[in-house]
Amino acid sequence: MNGSTNRRRFLTAAATLSAGALLLASCSGGDDGGGDGDTPDGPVELRMVMWSANEGHHEIFNQIADAYIAENPELVSAVSFEPLTGSGYVNALTTQIAGGDAPDLAWVSEANAAQFVQSGVLYNLQPTFTETEGYDIDDLLDGAIDVWSADGEIYGYPFSNSPFGMYVNNDLLAAAGQPNPRDLMASGEWTWDKAMEIAAAVADGTSTTGFQASDDPYTNWNAALGAMWMSWGAAPWSEDGTECTFDSPEMVEFFDWFHGQIYDTGAVAEPGAEFDFASGQVGLRLSQLSSSTALGDDFAWDFVPMPEGPAGTVPVVGQGGVGVVARGDNPQIAADFLAYFTNPENSQLLAQFFPPPRESLLTVETLSAAAPALTEEQIQGTVIDQALVGVTKAGHVNMSEIADPVRVELDALWVPEGDAATVMPAICEAISDSLAG
Amino acid sequence: MSAEPMGATDRKVGRTPGPRTGSSKRLARIDAAVGLSFAAPAVIGVLVLGLVPFGYVIWYSLHDWSPLIGEFNWIGLDNFSRLIADDTVWSSFLTTFKYAALLMVLNITLAMGLAVLLNQKLRGTTTFRAFFFSPVIVSAVAWVLVWNYLVAANGGINGALATIGIQGPNWLRDPTWALVTVVVIQVFKGVGMNMILFLAALQNVPAELKEAARIDGATPGRVFRSVTLPLISPTILLVVMITTIGAMDVFVPIQILTQGGPGRSTTVISYLLYRTAFEQQDFGYASAIGVVLFVVVLVLAALQWSSRKRWVHDEV
Repeated sequence: MNGSTNRRRFLTAAATLSAGALLLASCSGGDDGGGDGDTPDGPVELRMVMWSANEGHHEIFNQIADAYIAENPELVSAVSFEPLTGSGYVNALTTQIAGGDAPDLAWVSEANAAQFVQSGVLYNLQPTFTETEGYDIDDLLDGAIDVWSADGEIYGYPFSNSPFGMYVNNDLLAAAGQPNPRDLMASGEWTWDKAMEIAAAVADGTSTTGFQASDDPYTNWNAALGAMWMSWGAAPWSEDGTECTFDSPEMVEFFDWFHGQIYDTGAVAEPGAEFDFASGQVGLRLSQLSSSTALGDDFAWDFVPMPEGPAGTVPVVGQGGVGVVARGDNPQIAADFLAYFTNPENSQLLAQFFPPPRESLLTVETLSAAAPALTEEQIQGTVIDQALVGVTKAGHVNMSEIADPVRVELDALWVPEGDAATVMPAICEAISDSLAG
Repeated sequence: MSAEPMGATDRKVGRTPGPRTGSSKRLARIDAAVGLSFAAPAVIGVLVLGLVPFGYVIWYSLHDWSPLIGEFNWIGLDNFSRLIADDTVWSSFLTTFKYAALLMVLNITLAMGLAVLLNQKLRGTTTFRAFFFSPVIVSAVAWVLVWNYLVAANGGINGALATIGIQGPNWLRDPTWALVTVVVIQVFKGVGMNMILFLAALQNVPAELKEAARIDGATPGRVFRSVTLPLISPTILLVVMITTIGAMDVFVPIQILTQGGPGRSTTVISYLLYRTAFEQQDFGYASAIGVVLFVVVLVLAALQWSSRKRWVHDEV
């Protein structure tokens, strides 16, 4: 065999390989993976991806799915609930869709709702919800379904509509000689400034910290601070999402104030410090109902509504929604299952873990099952009263493009000499193109 | 040491075959079949898991692909034009080079030092060898998670420093320290492997050559520089190449410890690629970054390989 023959064979093999790769590539990538509306020959298997791997959640989900299959054996033969846990949930879900393996249903958070709805990922549920007998669509709270709606149609159901409140370690507050937040609420003094004054006193000279946001403010700015700046009347962008308002006076004031709580008063732990409320290391923690399940009786604690800011008290909810993926194999059947999954009866079952967006189910009796550690007073005052009027945390159609540039620019603020008046305009400059679409 | 590598001798024999009988031809065919069957899994693995995905990446890099919207449009070389004008990409490459250079210097220096120490006939060397090698077999994620607590602002290291009156820096949140901290954590993770490679090479250096140098009056340092180093230079080349390639696609410690921050001080190119693809859902552009990264690593490896004639004494 001479060199020329070898070279020819090699080139032939390489060409074949490349052609194979390109052929395979052409069969994927842009493949929409189904959703063509064809009627299946027989019962189908549905798959829902979800953020939680909690056994209790899966038990309830499976219970509802089994009942649906028993009632509709000609439509669905099985429903699987696939947990994709961790911070990369949205990435994993997107990758499945990109790989032509779109699930039938997917759990989506409120921050990504606008992006999923506007990009056409989610299937229109309005006709199914409207036509399903006994669904009682009017029972859904208007504020709760806003971010899941477009042009008067519903594209997702926020099965978890959970208000933010403040968890309080009463033992730490008492040890620091600080007043009880409930007494402050009664006297109208439960403000963010007062809360941070308490937090600074708790942190002073101890190995604990005073205040902890609902997530890490230094890496997940929207998840951590999005529920807070509303009490300053601030918002990251205009209502239509096209104009940056990070540089608004309200937002600058909020970030200036928060910076001061880190570097001037010490109420908030500096970036990179690790503390855990459930272990008794935090005085005040902003969080939701589900955090109560991690709390025992190691210390005295309370769950109170968010404090009042310069723009008053603004109740805020964080949402977990579920939608039908339009590019799944059987969107119409999946929508029918979702209508069953979220009907009034099953919403009551789901309320064992998730505050429902249905007004009729926002009762102490229903929510006591979700948070047995909470008292009636805590459930009524911090959950139900807030859920009825709460606004949803901000999201954006281009959230995935915006999140990282904002984090990068905000890092200039998270140093002692950081200046909000300088950093906030820089954020607007960094994201203006993404906001404009 | 043989004056001629074994492979060369075999090839010579192969070039001057004697007359073959039918039986020897059959045996040769059987040998070839057995050899190919052993090699097949690896070859198929490289083809299926290496070259085919790489073909995909090149194909994707020529498209605008937004999976959420469902668009997959041919745009030719536009992603590469965009990449050339993207400051973030080049700053990420610069950060990657800084990371790789720092890691290589620290890792190879430390590994060589440990290997030289453990090559002495002293008590306890086996224990120390196991001690320094053990991080290599620990899961990368578990290793980094533990270090995440140690280097937290209020973590174990700063706690220990505080007991002697030193206020440690905020290791992962200070732009000056963050990249160095990640490098040091990675050095401790991987130094054991390089140490073992160097140790094996050191133990193959003929004692009589070192003895002859000593008799000629060479100091220990001179013996190491003029005898030992040249003889282990093939291993040094190997370690430099695998450490460089490994450093160029570092991901796990960045994802867990810093998420590319503070600012973009630890945004290495593989992490930027991940964010672009999986967080910003810009798969086509991320693929273009991947193709450029591949070319850069290939060029670096080629440069290192071609430089061997200048400093590798005993080429394999």
